[in-house]
Amino acid sequence: MKRIVSLTVNGRRREDAVADDLLLIDYLRELAGLTGTKRGCDGGECGACTMLLDGEPALACLTLAARCEGRQIETIESLAANGRLNRLQQAFHEKLGTQCGYCTPGMIMAAEGLLRREPHPSEAEIREALSGNLCRCTGYVKIIESVQAASGDAS
Amino acid sequence: MQVLNGFVLRRPASIAEAAALLADPGARALAGGTDLLANLRHGLDRPATLVDLTGLAGLDKLDWADTGVAIGAIVTVARLARDPRVIAELPALAQAARSIAGPGHRSAATVGGNLCLDTRCVYYNQSEAWRRSNGYCLKREGDVCHVAPQGTRCHAAYSGDLAPVLLALDAQAEIASPAGGRRSPLGELYRDDGAQHLTLGRGEFVIAVHVPAPAPGVRMAYRKSRPRGAIDFPLAGVAVALAASDGRIESLRVALSGTNTHPRLLEGTGELAGQAIDNALFARLGKLVQKQVSPMRTTVTPANYRRQVASALAQRLVKELAGVS
Ligand SMILES: Cc1cc2nc3c(=O)[nH]c(=O)nc-3n(C[C@H](O)[C@H](O)[C@H](O)COP(=O)(O)OP(=O)(O)OC[C@H]3O[C@@H](n4cnc5c(N)ncnc54)[C@H](O)[C@@H]3O)c2cc1C
Ligand code: SF4
Ligand code: FES
Ligand code: FES
Repeated sequence: MKRIVSLTVNGRRREDAVADDLLLIDYLRELAGLTGTKRGCDGGECGACTMLLDGEPALACLTLAARCEGRQIETIESLAANGRLNRLQQAFHEKLGTQCGYCTPGMIMAAEGLLRREPHPSEAEIREALSGNLCRCTGYVKIIESVQAASGDAS
Repeated sequence: MQVLNGFVLRRPASIAEAAALLADPGARALAGGTDLLANLRHGLDRPATLVDLTGLAGLDKLDWADTGVAIGAIVTVARLARDPRVIAELPALAQAARSIAGPGHRSAATVGGNLCLDTRCVYYNQSEAWRRSNGYCLKREGDVCHVAPQGTRCHAAYSGDLAPVLLALDAQAEIASPAGGRRSPLGELYRDDGAQHLTLGRGEFVIAVHVPAPAPGVRMAYRKSRPRGAIDFPLAGVAVALAASDGRIESLRVALSGTNTHPRLLEGTGELAGQAIDNALFARLGKLVQKQVSPMRTTVTPANYRRQVASALAQRLVKELAGVS
């Protein structure tokens, strides 16, 4: 079955006809053309698809698009304003928090959710906020340092 | 991309409507979807209808009273983990909530979904192709259990983190059904069968859990063993509620997850009342746990490790809560 959903994606209202069984990750990547949100596993294991749903980090691969009526979705594409990277993107770039880059959109969106709630998180809070996001390249240390740098708390 | 099975999504506006929709044999309840949608992606079920419970008014509340708290079924696990009053008054419940999956799951995951999540097994939580090439198994589509091939039952492990805490705190489940509703001790929600671990009838679903206020002096904690420090389900999860004075046990309740097909309240702890909290007590407690858990080869970690770790965690938590080093 298809239904019309209206939702906000990266600040823009959209209205689309979506099938009941369409996952938000496919909605974002295929329908909205926003491929920044990555698919790293077959469901809920890796965090690569993390985006913000009403400001809270959530997994696009375990979310039904048809249930997003009236909700606010923010993806990695929303962060840079006027061609300028936001503080997390800039910090991941400078502190080598990104290598192959596949986990990076999910990492940054999880960290963005954290910094909005807690602008100066402790290292333990950063680790907890990123604990659902896997990275196969960096070994995580540089990622944590990047988040610390973005919060202005670099050591 | 077509990864899900073409179900129809229904979004009922009332409990009665939800119960009526769920009475259809092809319908399944959908809450946060963090267990169900992952399982559907693995082809573990092909429901005709998903009945979304998250729009039901009144089920998203924490209702505090002198006698205890009623937790609505669609309260999220993230909220439980962060709620200051839960942290202060029911710390073990907040600890368990914090230990569930990762932050991206917890923002969607609900209390009702956590209580009712499917049982788990290495031969079951796999892709369709993996299971097909292994001849499926008794729990779904096959007729042999690869864990205990001689047997005729499924041993998949119940692995939810909230249930042991709620059992240790003597909570009750409030259940809606097409005929009205009922309330029963949480333990009665479960049965000892990995292929059908819930006692809910057609059209029935959990609408709340009622947690009685702990007696004065009760201390509580939850801890789980798992391969990684996040994301993973418990290999063994142990909840303890303890009251002690003068180095003796006044009351003790222990409940476990990850070790059986259902969350299990440890029997025989009543007889430990009045006992001195010493090594002899820890040995007795450890034996009780070892006797009553029945981990099977359903995880990559050996069953005997899960038995030992359940016993060790129970002893350690009692030690810590009693302030014995
Ligand atoms: C990578 C990963 C790691 C995980 N780690 C953990 C973990 O460490 N600990 C843990 O406990 N869980 C874990 N989970 C499982 C899951 O995220 C949680 O159990 C979550 O709380 C399930 O809640 P939900 O609302 O998302 O349930 P859903 O997926 O919506 O539902 C789960 C099941 O319960 C049924 N159901 C839902 N609500 C009700 C209700 N009110 N009444 C009756 N039936 C209902 C559904 O029909 C379904 O069968 C993990 C999942 C993933 C993908
Ligand atoms: S315990 Fe046996 S029947 Fe149950 S899921 Fe595992 S292999 Fe299948
Ligand atoms: S794609 Fe791996 S968690 Fe969503
Ligand atoms: S940078 Fe490659 S997976 Fe993280």
